[in-house]
Amino acid sequence: MSLAEQYVMDTEMDRSEGHITEDGRKIGAVMMEMRNITLKFGGVVAIKDISFDIRQGEIRAIIGPNGAGKSSMLNVISGFYHPQEGEVWYNGSRRAPMRPYQVARQGIARTFQNIALFEGMTVLDNVMTGRLNFMKTNLFQQAFWRGKAEREEVHNREFVEKIIDFLEIQAIRKTPVSRLPYGLKKRVELARALAAEPHLLLLDEPMAGMNVEEKEDMSRFILNANDEFGTTIALIEHDMGVVMDLSDRVVVMDYGKKIGDGTPDEVRNNQAVIDAYLGVAHD
Amino acid sequence: MPDQLLYAMEVLLNGLMAGVLYALVALGFVLIYKASGIFNYAQGVMALFAAMTLVGIMEGQVPFAHLINAAFGTDLHVFGWQLSGLIGILLTAVVMVVMAWAVNHLIFRHLVNQEPIILFMATIGLAYFMEGLGDLMWGADIKKLDVGLPQGINGWIDTTTFDAFGYGFFIDNLDIWATVIAAILVIALMIFSQYSKQGRALRAVADDHQAALSVGISLNFIWVLVWSIAGFVALVAGIMWGTKSGVQFSLSLIALKALPVLMLGGFTSIPGAIVGGLIIGVGEKLFEFAIGPMVGGATENWFAYVLALVFLVFRPQGLFGERLIERV
Repeated sequence: MSLAEQYVMDTEMDRSEGHITEDGRKIGAVMMEMRNITLKFGGVVAIKDISFDIRQGEIRAIIGPNGAGKSSMLNVISGFYHPQEGEVWYNGSRRAPMRPYQVARQGIARTFQNIALFEGMTVLDNVMTGRLNFMKTNLFQQAFWRGKAEREEVHNREFVEKIIDFLEIQAIRKTPVSRLPYGLKKRVELARALAAEPHLLLLDEPMAGMNVEEKEDMSRFILNANDEFGTTIALIEHDMGVVMDLSDRVVVMDYGKKIGDGTPDEVRNNQAVIDAYLGVAHD
Repeated sequence: MPDQLLYAMEVLLNGLMAGVLYALVALGFVLIYKASGIFNYAQGVMALFAAMTLVGIMEGQVPFAHLINAAFGTDLHVFGWQLSGLIGILLTAVVMVVMAWAVNHLIFRHLVNQEPIILFMATIGLAYFMEGLGDLMWGADIKKLDVGLPQGINGWIDTTTFDAFGYGFFIDNLDIWATVIAAILVIALMIFSQYSKQGRALRAVADDHQAALSVGISLNFIWVLVWSIAGFVALVAGIMWGTKSGVQFSLSLIALKALPVLMLGGFTSIPGAIVGGLIIGVGEKLFEFAIGPMVGGATENWFAYVLALVFLVFRPQGLFGERLIERV
């Protein structure tokens, strides 16, 4: 079966209303669909005609060797890059080209491969920025600090504290982010993304550069976020073991093309994937 | 108390008040620099432009009158109204917001991710453009500005100090008002940046553009906001200095006094701008008082710059500037 046929089959399957996984989580209908995305930088083709979808409630991994175009794909979803060809469908309608802040306001949060935190602010302030789009009061109301503005601040603060508890970073709430070690910074970045109550959470190498213990913690947080908040997650990760354990479905990319798509088991046994990882010569 | 000491105290007070005004001008620089990495050379010209616009609006001048008259052979000069200071200030604030929007959308939006030196050059161009625009709109003559702030010696302080020490302090009412207004503005700005939603967004943008985008902050909105605030700060500075010494080109040069303040305080720190302004204000007045007579006076022209130079050698990031420590 060619990839195109495989995709048609996939999309037909996608019309279904979802299923329950072995561990009892509910996977819903398709929420995000990339259709024939092609992204070029000058003469370099970073992504070539890739289609895949993300279902409500699932953990979807994008894997592939270095330079395969994984981060580019995440940047297309979050609006940092705009593909030359192809369509992005979100919640059943085609998404017009958007700026990153507009994408964020649609309920898509993300973290970055090279942590992008507000270094000068405390952990609490950083996480609070995730709530900015939930604050509707205007400057005048805030200036006089009563009624609506106060309730709003209190409510958002409560939610943020919940996230901080959830990620076990209470002890560093008031610490400026610039003083934190790498592993904790990654966790704060996840907290900020979760504070936005995203429908879809994009994680770009959430475990890069971590030791085994930190990786286990992060895996636990990702699974719990998915479970407790019902957040749909798309992540890029290099650690194969982690990916296979965490994800419901996996997209495999190599040299900007999709070479595999399916459950961890299917992908593991896919010859093209094995070749890409073991380094078979390309024709 | 000996006379010399009393005189020094008077100088100190005057220095503190001058310092608050320096701090105000410096704040305009800090705000834009923090949020967008642009060193805005045009800050002083913005103050001049704001003051000219204020005078023009209050006196009901027709903008571009010379141009219109030359082109259409008309003889327009004034609308024939006289507005009060408060209404004039409000309308001028609106003009400064429109200007902030135009500056961002016509210039800096297209220069995102350019080298700092390119952005700096753009602000030099902007400075000359605004200076020309101001002259074209309102005429290049020296204007008198009076928004109703009290001026002249404060009699109460004079008599009170005379009764207490036998020496009356000469403190100008305008300086007192300027200090109070500048202090209120500075405090309001700090509260805004620390506790409001927009302030938090502003700090976020100042810290990391990419991360700010990812939490849903529109960079363009924030940039228009900071340019508006900087425009408003320029307006206040323009009113103070314009009332003191007339609205004329030299007003735009006060911004240069803010440079040593920034070197002292650091380009990225709001408290730094305030403390830096006070140090420069007090320092140059006391220096002139104590050392000036020995070296022939006029030390106020250079003292601030030399002090800043000394600071640069020992603490290049300024008093409160963020120290650059990078993990290797």
